[in-house]
Amino acid sequence: MSGFDNAVRLASLLGAVAFVLGLHLMNSPATARRGNQLSAAGMLVTVVAVLAEVGHGGSMSATRWLVLICGALIGGAVGLYSARKVAMTQMPQLVSLFNAVGGGAALLIALADYQHDPHVSAGVALAGTLDVLIGGVTFSGSLVAAAKLQGYWSQPVSLPGGRFISAALTLAAIAAGIDVIAGAHNAWILLIEVVAALGIGILMVLPIGGADMPVVISLLNAFTGTAVAMAGFVLQNATLTIAGALVGASGGILTKLMADAMNRSVVSIIAGGFGTGATGVAAGPSAGGSVKSVAVDDAALQLAYASKVIVVPGYGLAAAQAQHELRELAALLEDRGIEVSYAIHPVAGRMPGHMNVLLAEANVPYDQLREMEDINPEFDRADVALVVGANDVTNPAARRPGNAVSGMPILDVDHAKSVIVIKRSMASGYAGIDNELYTDPKTSMLFSDAKKGLAQLVAATKQVA
Amino acid sequence: MTQGFVGDLTIFVLALLVGFEVISKVPATLHTPLMSGANSIHGVVLVGVVILSASVNGPIGYILTFLAAAFGDANVVGGYAVTDRMLQMFRKRPVPAASKPEGADS
Repeated sequence: MSGFDNAVRLASLLGAVAFVLGLHLMNSPATARRGNQLSAAGMLVTVVAVLAEVGHGGSMSATRWLVLICGALIGGAVGLYSARKVAMTQMPQLVSLFNAVGGGAALLIALADYQHDPHVSAGVALAGTLDVLIGGVTFSGSLVAAAKLQGYWSQPVSLPGGRFISAALTLAAIAAGIDVIAGAHNAWILLIEVVAALGIGILMVLPIGGADMPVVISLLNAFTGTAVAMAGFVLQNATLTIAGALVGASGGILTKLMADAMNRSVVSIIAGGFGTGATGVAAGPSAGGSVKSVAVDDAALQLAYASKVIVVPGYGLAAAQAQHELRELAALLEDRGIEVSYAIHPVAGRMPGHMNVLLAEANVPYDQLREMEDINPEFDRADVALVVGANDVTNPAARRPGNAVSGMPILDVDHAKSVIVIKRSMASGYAGIDNELYTDPKTSMLFSDAKKGLAQLVAATKQVA
Repeated sequence: MTQGFVGDLTIFVLALLVGFEVISKVPATLHTPLMSGANSIHGVVLVGVVILSASVNGPIGYILTFLAAAFGDANVVGGYAVTDRMLQMFRKRPVPAASKPEGADS
């Protein structure tokens, strides 16, 4: 091994170390930005090293450089533009698209490698097959997920015989995969595998409901990492394998956390089930038990004379783009010397941790953003819990067995001395059951759109002397 | 199975364990930036594209390389840029000023 080769390998090692340390720095909001910059620097070193390697190798023709550079420039420009322009509410879509292109690139690597060098060992052929399968599923599945999140169609779609088609495609993919591993050098077999993988990805995500999206995105993220790691096996490149494994681990952990927070197993989500739609469409304050409605002025008084307020934001807040009004209300209350904090359920939003980003964008300091386990004991001391656009994650029925939310980890909103819920109607959440919190005697309902309701609360609170 | 493959497998499994260890310490507050940061890391697939580009031939090979380069670079550049944009929004509570403007929504 020459000195040059050693230098290239050491640079790759440096890159891998930067990835791990960068992820490590993500364990606190104070250091996270530095972690991301360190990771980016590691990426730069790694890419420059590999460019030097292929340049030094002397096998790069002018055409090859041109193809590579043109592709990278166009892709980089598109990536940068979307990163600058995307609204924070659309982060889940963007992450899905990045999953799609990452998985797609891993798929293309396996195809291009097979095209020029089909004679590989069984181990590498196995990795290549997995690369094609996982990469293909990720690519098409992530595109469908992004389209769903963007709202092109949000309802779950069940094709007639969808499961039968999925099973058939899986069998076809396995058969083709075995063929490739056994050494068949036939482009048609590879094509069957690609088409089957793409089909499986589409059929996997189509029937999944909106509420299950945090799990799906995490799972596709884990898939992308695994596909990239498999591409590392194909090219016998350790950097790809390491980075892919890191992402696979990250996606795996988040998938499990999200599924646990929704009290669902990953398998049952993929198989389709209760995230599958807004079952409850009961309108008006009439569903079960007696509901106390409150006027804006009274709610403002209640808030203004509290000493501790816990805000419980849910996706309804983000959907109404009301995070800035919420921040304004919180600032008013803090000026009156009231302690305000935010209780964030793990699945609040459309991807893991989404609500924190939305509130951070609205200038809420991160030490006020509190995780579920951390804030739950504090509800006992709260004078008012203000629930905005959250539903199932506050339902005390989860503590009892025998209903759709049983066992789901919830925020102990009902432990607060009083509760104000801003909500448009009594319609139930994704679980399709009534929220017992709403009929609790200490709960008052402020029937309004989140944005309008909060704006009125802000105006009314300013009037309180 | 070749020795190279077993070596790669070893690295894969160890990296997976390191990943689990490091990432399970990330607080829920940062899960979105974590995922988008991990997203940019899998943009390392670009390295694979560069290696491959040195040996492809013919129109199909060139098209595959072009697409893969575009995908990979969009992933890297966009991923790091958007993660940075997100993380700079996470601020500490400002030191309370003496006269805070009413209803500050800065």
